[in-house]
Amino acid sequence: MESVKSFYETPSPAGFTGIWSWLITFDHKRIALMYLYAILFWFILAVLLGGVIRLELMFEGKTFLRPELYNSAFTLHGVIMIFLFIIPALPAVFGNFFLPIQIGTDDVYFPKLNLLSWYLYMAGGVVAVVSLFSDGFPDTGWTFYVPFSISTNTNVSTAVFAAFILGFSSMLTGLNFITTIHKMRAKTMGWLQLPLFTWSLYATAWVQLLATPVVTITLVLVMIERYFNVGLFDPSRGGDPILYQHLFWMYSHPAVYIMILPGMGVISEIIPVFARKSIFGYKAIVASSLAIAIAGSLVWAHHMYTSGMSDTAVFVFSLLTFVVAIPSAIKVFSWVATLYKGAIEMTPPLFLSLCFIYLFSVGGLTGLVLGAPGPNIHVHDTHFVVAHFHCTMFGGTGFAFFAALHYWWPKMFGRMYDFKKAYIAAVLVTGGFMFHYVPMFILGLQGMPRRYFDYLPQYAPGNFFAGFGALFMIAGIGLMMVNLFASLARQRTVPPDPWGGVTLEWTVPSPPPLHNFEKDPDIPDYPYDFSKIVAAGSGSRPKGA
Amino acid sequence: MKPQTDRTGNKMGMWLFLYTEIILFGGLFVLYAVYFDRYTEDFIAGAKELDRVFGVVNTIILLVSSFFVAASITAVRKAHDRIALAGLWGALACGAVFLVNKYIEWGHKIEHGIYPGSEKLLDSAGGQNLFFGLYYVITGLHGIHIIIGMTLLGVSLVLVHRQKITAQKDALLENCGLYWHLVDLVWIFIFPLFYLVV
Amino acid sequence: MEHQSCIFEYRTLGLVLAALLIMTAVTVGASYIDLGWVNIWIALMIASIKAGLVLVVFMHLKFEGRAVILSFLSTVFFLAVMIGFIFWDVGFR
Repeated sequence: MESVKSFYETPSPAGFTGIWSWLITFDHKRIALMYLYAILFWFILAVLLGGVIRLELMFEGKTFLRPELYNSAFTLHGVIMIFLFIIPALPAVFGNFFLPIQIGTDDVYFPKLNLLSWYLYMAGGVVAVVSLFSDGFPDTGWTFYVPFSISTNTNVSTAVFAAFILGFSSMLTGLNFITTIHKMRAKTMGWLQLPLFTWSLYATAWVQLLATPVVTITLVLVMIERYFNVGLFDPSRGGDPILYQHLFWMYSHPAVYIMILPGMGVISEIIPVFARKSIFGYKAIVASSLAIAIAGSLVWAHHMYTSGMSDTAVFVFSLLTFVVAIPSAIKVFSWVATLYKGAIEMTPPLFLSLCFIYLFSVGGLTGLVLGAPGPNIHVHDTHFVVAHFHCTMFGGTGFAFFAALHYWWPKMFGRMYDFKKAYIAAVLVTGGFMFHYVPMFILGLQGMPRRYFDYLPQYAPGNFFAGFGALFMIAGIGLMMVNLFASLARQRTVPPDPWGGVTLEWTVPSPPPLHNFEKDPDIPDYPYDFSKIVAAGSGSRPKGA
Repeated sequence: MKPQTDRTGNKMGMWLFLYTEIILFGGLFVLYAVYFDRYTEDFIAGAKELDRVFGVVNTIILLVSSFFVAASITAVRKAHDRIALAGLWGALACGAVFLVNKYIEWGHKIEHGIYPGSEKLLDSAGGQNLFFGLYYVITGLHGIHIIIGMTLLGVSLVLVHRQKITAQKDALLENCGLYWHLVDLVWIFIFPLFYLVV
Repeated sequence: MEHQSCIFEYRTLGLVLAALLIMTAVTVGASYIDLGWVNIWIALMIASIKAGLVLVVFMHLKFEGRAVILSFLSTVFFLAVMIGFIFWDVGFR
């Protein structure tokens, strides 16, 4: 064990030390960690911006932000969270780190392209910052709807260009993963022996690849309209602004599945490990991942029921939207069925996964309310939508990200964090979450519109409570980060398999060596066979630091 | 564990990239489809204003250039280096002629006051404006792809010349070729949609 | 080794080029006959056949494995959905 040097001690390409051993590395693990730090930076920034928004809304009238600044703040919150955090978070960090290990290989297929993706990601972030300090950050919301995005004087072009670059980064990551899974799987690993996280990344990668170019061209069109004034979306010159919305959502609806699918993959990994039981319905979960990827690409116009599109379209897209609920529900049932009669070992990752299942279910079910055209017309563009979206994206993907952090942290850094603080943080975040978003559901049903700087007196109590919830959440996230990073001060003492996991990443040292495996890995016939772990008994019980 | 050396995935990666290009242009064809459906008459009138000769000549040029590229790949495989080089030079020349034609064609239109935001288009019916708007956006984006494709072919040309691309190691040439064929593919659809609608 | 077996001869490529040029002539000719809305579909059909030839021969799709062929078809399908489904809206407004 001691003789194996981890990837921290063996830079790739060899010979570079210090910062250069990171900035020009081709090692997927180092690139994953670089993503992790960058993504966490943006995440914390956007969380604080969200806090600023809620703080402003806690009291009626102007509290401390000018209305224009408020508009920029929520746009910035949305743009950062979507393009710089949620879309790349799970694939770029955990996908990069664990996909090659889970399929028993030493790196992704295109290591240089992988590094390029990281640089594109960073460049996108830098351009977004630049747009902040030039003509003022856009006040359009992250959707950049025309005609406002074409006519507003704020710096939409630069922000749109940032999203354009980030789209490239995401596309290339998807391309890399698909090729890696096809061409670099261990020779004896068949498709139905892939771990579910890898499967979810595979489905995600296809959506990244096929949907992202649509938003690329859409954003290019926004820039073209701003500079050349072609009038493709201008009704006074024959254009149709609703087509912009179609094109935008053709990407952006599939994009929410780019965000959630890897999250579902993480949960599918964690639940069986701590239930000490094979995952229920492996094939059903695989099939539902693919079904979500496909069906999710057919439902984009359910964002547009009130836009003035035809009633036929409303009917068709509503029907298809209900179809997407089926594969998502299959996953939730499979997770719950896996837990049933399992030998449950409570740990922070499992706790966060359970929170995920609950919060995501709330998000999913309220999605059905929104997917039905009747109620949608009542709650369209209200806080109900905001709460629904955050339940799926934050309660879903966000919690899956937290769970993945806690699950794979010991593998990535070789150090265990404190369990007690992790639980406290998780409770704070989840409690704050409920306190935050339940009032927003109610506010939405009462008719409070979203993205408004101010509101009528009757909405004051709800907004006040929601602001409190936000403070708890921010405190919880802060504690979680402090707890995780505090572990880095400790010695590396974590054994290869601290949790009792059986996928390949738990057969290698923590942290893994440069080429992941010291010798060719033994590929298990089935990735979720826990009989050996159960036979070993409670001696292997996971412990916090 | 030793690093993997399986290199058969390069072409797959290129195909995946081509899909993104197809969808990229696809977004514009979505707009075309909708606006054609809505303003069929205006689109037909617009197509009449475009010069068919340019369209036909450019189509022939691109088809021939695609043939050249395909032939040069065959040549590299057979170690016929001179044919391979000739093919790539031919394709590059075709690309250059295509761009010159495009330049002349755009120039004529702009002289006649037809360009995005021009007064003539502002005064004309909505459908005309959209037809020429799409014409400029789509052929412009396609032109950019021609330039990128020519760059790639140029790189391949140099590498074939230096014996860096050989029968055993031709993945790069194949991938550049794929890109060039895709550019041709897009033009195969642009041509009837803009020059031939009646 | 696999290389030699899966290349097209110059002759084949030349024939395909000839076919492509003939089809270009046909599609130009067809555009002079006014058939109303049928014209655009004829033009698109000829274009698709041309594209198919380029894909199968020039782009060596014939020699690709199942993964590339299937994924290519899915891409085309997705594009068809993009264009087709939008007509649920614009076709019924």
